[in-house]
Amino acid sequence: MTQPLLEVRGLTAFYGDFQALFEIGFSVAEDETVAIIGANGAGKSTFLRVLTGLHASVGQDIVFSGSQIAGISADRVHKRGIAMVPEGRRLFPSLSVEENLLIGASGGRDGPWTLDAVYDLFPDLTSKRRNPGTALSGGQQQMVAIGRALMSNPKLLLCDEISLGLAPKIIKDIYAAVPRIHDLGTSIVVVEQDVGQALAVADRIYCFQEGRVSLTGTPETLTRADIAKAYFGIDEEEAA
Amino acid sequence: MVWINALLQGVLLGGLYALFAAGLSLMFGVMRFVNIAHGDFIVVAAYLMMTSVLIAGVNPFVGIGLVVVIMAAAGYLGQRFLLNRVLGKDILPPILVTFGLSIILQNALLEIFSADSRRVQTGWLETASISLNDVVALGLLPILMFVAALAVLALLQWIFYHTALGRLLRATSDDAEIVPLMGGNNAHIFALATMLASGVVAVAGVLLAMKTNFDPTAGPARLLFAFEAVIIGGLGNIWGTLAGGIVLGVAQTIGAQIDTGYQVLAGHLAFLAVLVLRPRGLFPKTIG
Repeated sequence: MTQPLLEVRGLTAFYGDFQALFEIGFSVAEDETVAIIGANGAGKSTFLRVLTGLHASVGQDIVFSGSQIAGISADRVHKRGIAMVPEGRRLFPSLSVEENLLIGASGGRDGPWTLDAVYDLFPDLTSKRRNPGTALSGGQQQMVAIGRALMSNPKLLLCDEISLGLAPKIIKDIYAAVPRIHDLGTSIVVVEQDVGQALAVADRIYCFQEGRVSLTGTPETLTRADIAKAYFGIDEEEAA
Repeated sequence: MVWINALLQGVLLGGLYALFAAGLSLMFGVMRFVNIAHGDFIVVAAYLMMTSVLIAGVNPFVGIGLVVVIMAAAGYLGQRFLLNRVLGKDILPPILVTFGLSIILQNALLEIFSADSRRVQTGWLETASISLNDVVALGLLPILMFVAALAVLALLQWIFYHTALGRLLRATSDDAEIVPLMGGNNAHIFALATMLASGVVAVAGVLLAMKTNFDPTAGPARLLFAFEAVIIGGLGNIWGTLAGGIVLGVAQTIGAQIDTGYQVLAGHLAFLAVLVLRPRGLFPKTIG
């Protein structure tokens, strides 16, 4: 196997005295889509926050694109090529759709993702470019949030719960963009509570449970029972 | 007719108050940070102008540029290396630190320049006026100061809505936590905001120095006027701040027209009236 794009070893994180992550090992290869599944409070979002530098980790071993990024600030992680679509979208309310997208490009790298490319990916946004970002529907806001992250031309895109609170049809539209993002050379990590969606989109799955990786594998090799056990911490057969 | 005169004088005075307020509003808007030393920074700028023009003999126009550059640079460095260290969820540390700065600045000015009132003379400009009729005459200096205030506010508006820096400052004002996810360095952005605010403070201080007498203890009253103008106008709205400044200025000149002793009181009463009737100000920010 070639050198992974991202490799994490022994990552531990705390909120005060509360330990949120325990010795996490994780990797993403070039051109790979990886899904992280798990129940609320399993540590998925915390893990993404640590990767982006928003939250401090204890284990100092996060190698991205061949260099150590543990402990460096979020803006510098971004410049190295990691972008995140935060949970809840968090568009800037006083900025228009286009300004929200342009903010994403500040300090980013050159590459295929431009305003035109984002509007091409999400044509719904074209007519809304002058509207305040938060005046859009939930699905369109999510498109802006993804476009904003893409504008920096990241090597790795982290998506935190992008289907949360959206109608199934909208979720389908948003996930339809994933292969196109992939084709332009960006690896993707999606944090997802919808297991079916995660299995459909990912090359590999990590399941988090109470701050630990409880299961890894490919969608083809994982059984429903494995996932249920890793997800909820109970054996389906025992539960039955 | 004397009331119309008072009204017009108040409008012109409002431009200066809007400048006092703009810097304060900008820092609060971007960093949620109340700078208690804001008025003292204005007075420091006034003393810098006085020192460069009267003592160092610099051309007044060069002097203005010099004061703006010095204040902006000091603003950037002060924010980056001092105030950023106390910014956080707790609003008390920045208030305490800037309160301390206020005391230090007042005493330093007292030590250096004594307690005497000072003023930067503007020569023939001081007496030049445009007479509209027998009663109403507008001083040329107040008119120029009002125009300067409008120009500075227009420049701020342009920076905020038509430049990448303005976009970044508005985004930081909305949600500073995730701006680093877009590659923004908050410590640098905060320092740029203070740099911009300090540039405005510099112009306000220069205008103050030309308009009226000042002494080392003149800062807190300017801070109060700035607060009142911001609250009257509504937070986060540059033209609202101008309106706030004008309402305060007009209230003061109308008060002074009734009785000289009522000048400051009338301004405070107008402020209280707005607080009671429209607690979010006359032109509150509608988004966010």
